Amino acid sequence: MNTRLLIVVLTLAAVIISALGVVYTRHQSRQLDVQLGELENQRDDVIAEWSRLQLEQAWLGDAGNIESAARDHLGMGTPANIRILVVQP
Amino acid sequence: MSKEIQNAAPIGRLYGFLLVFLLCSVALIARAVNLQVTETEFLQGQGEARFMRELEVPTRRGNIVDRSGEPLAVSTPVDSVWVNPGEFLEAPENIAPLAAVLKSDAEEMERHLNQRSGKGFVWLRRRLHPDVAAAIEALDLPGVYLQKEYRRFYPAGEVAAHIIGFTNIDDVGQEGLELTYNDWLQGKPGLMRVIKDRLGRTVEHSEVLREAEHGHDLNLTIDRRLQYLAYRELKQTVLKHGASSGSVVLLDIATGEILAMVNQPSYNPNQPSSDSEGLRNRAVTDVFEPGSVMKTFSIAAALEAGIVTPTTPIDTTPGTITVSGHTISDHQNYGLIDVTGIITKSSNVGATKLALQMEPEQLWSVYDRFGFGEVTGSGFPGESAGVLRNYRHWRRVEQATLSYGYGVSVTVLQLAEAFAAIADEGRLRRPSLVQGANNPAVSIMDPKYAHEVAAMLETVTGERGTGKAARVGNYRVSGKTGTSRKASAAGYASRYVATFAGFAPSTNPRLVAIVTINDPSAGEYYGGLVAAPLFSTVMGGALRLLNIAPDNYTQVVAQSAVPASTPIGDIDGGAD
Repeated sequence: MNTRLLIVVLTLAAVIISALGVVYTRHQSRQLDVQLGELENQRDDVIAEWSRLQLEQAWLGDAGNIESAARDHLGMGTPANIRILVVQP
Repeated sequence: MSKEIQNAAPIGRLYGFLLVFLLCSVALIARAVNLQVTETEFLQGQGEARFMRELEVPTRRGNIVDRSGEPLAVSTPVDSVWVNPGEFLEAPENIAPLAAVLKSDAEEMERHLNQRSGKGFVWLRRRLHPDVAAAIEALDLPGVYLQKEYRRFYPAGEVAAHIIGFTNIDDVGQEGLELTYNDWLQGKPGLMRVIKDRLGRTVEHSEVLREAEHGHDLNLTIDRRLQYLAYRELKQTVLKHGASSGSVVLLDIATGEILAMVNQPSYNPNQPSSDSEGLRNRAVTDVFEPGSVMKTFSIAAALEAGIVTPTTPIDTTPGTITVSGHTISDHQNYGLIDVTGIITKSSNVGATKLALQMEPEQLWSVYDRFGFGEVTGSGFPGESAGVLRNYRHWRRVEQATLSYGYGVSVTVLQLAEAFAAIADEGRLRRPSLVQGANNPAVSIMDPKYAHEVAAMLETVTGERGTGKAARVGNYRVSGKTGTSRKASAAGYASRYVATFAGFAPSTNPRLVAIVTINDPSAGEYYGGLVAAPLFSTVMGGALRLLNIAPDNYTQVVAQSAVPASTPIGDIDGGAD
């Protein structure tokens, strides 16, 4: 009789604990889901930022811009062949 | 009334009720079975439809980058503005501020929206400037929404426009590699099932129905620096000679990779217009009769056929020859020259004499093996195969004109492929635009003959050659000039195509460059005067940028012996 009561009580307790566990994990999963969404947004923002930076770098590194800066502002130019001495290895 | 009857009535009623209850429960069970088993799928679906939503997971279009990873096409998110006309038009006073921010006409906008008042979604303006998008967000008008979209940017602009192409407003490739590799770049949008609440917020991600496949990057063989160099020089040359168009192709001989491919006129892929003149990638879509450049291959055929050696004398006196009533003439009477001289001087008479000694099939076979008359397989949309008629249909005069490049049509890319094969000891490689392409070399000619032809080509930039202007300081250069008249409805017009095809350094060829200029109209029109100087600057710059060692030290010594005080520019190595 005692053992049967014990079993019932234990099972009841186990059921309650597992029920609470389900509630808890469910809650946690929702929270993680929200967090995942935030992180995904963050990732997308960072990727967008990266693409903008790539574009900016490409524009700054554009050969035409560099060339005009070198020629017009810094007074640089390609040396004439006569000024180039090629050293034979 | 007897007792029996009194008793019989309740029992009858009892059975009656029992039957009714039994029928009721049978009906209930039947219904339950019906709902739980037979119609469960339909009902569950209907239930889920109330809160389950299928959400598309957007993908980003892959970037296109050059051989060193420099971006040539990049997608970046921008905002587009759309309105729900019914909701928005409830407050007509909101139209004016929105129109002001978008810099459009308020009345026009009202009319536009009124016509579409029955719809729930109308694009107002797509791909806004970030500042405009911020201003609209700040207005916070009811019924006006911003939607994130990707916009494609092309930092190289017109310089690489023909190769890359562009996409339309829905991010689908329209031209160039954007079109060819659209599926690869685009990826596949994923599909996800989510649970949404009454207000449309996502409460739970239920399951992923289809994993999103993001767009892949595309690595090209193009070198952005060389592309820019070739484009700048081509543009200058086209302007200087009043030409209508032009192309330059630069090829790596060892791998068949296209390092630069530029055309004039060009367009800005960031704001493509419908002007079709600038859209064509002429280097692969347009064919032309190459003229004397083809002598390279007709002489190769003569050597292969065994009828001559490079030193066999050929008498070209008196500078003209008549074939089937047609007179073929040289620029001047070159007299007695050898086979090498035909290339050096570009003698039509000499080439004709050799061609007429050959079987038509021998000449055709060499042209065919070098890839003329078939597409190169570079994967570019609209690539032309050119025209090379089968030798069975050749007339005698055709056989003669084919030897100096008339009656056959080629693309600039085909010429590049063929010249690379001459430079690489008779090994032909399909040119490629995308890295990792599998293009094994196919041996199409005995290396001995390829060597002999390459040696002849070097004389073209020599003292007595037609292509002196193609020289590059400190390097030995081989090549061939070409000047051809354009065919028109009324025979050959006095419009020209100036060509130079060549490779360098001659001792160990690394790069092939083909230059064509269409309709030079500022006086000069010879390939040696119009195209060769452009070849020299592009090839010279490319050799320097790619750190290819010079192979012409004698010239270096001679030059460094000149006092440094000599005015610069007089002896500028490239063009003379």
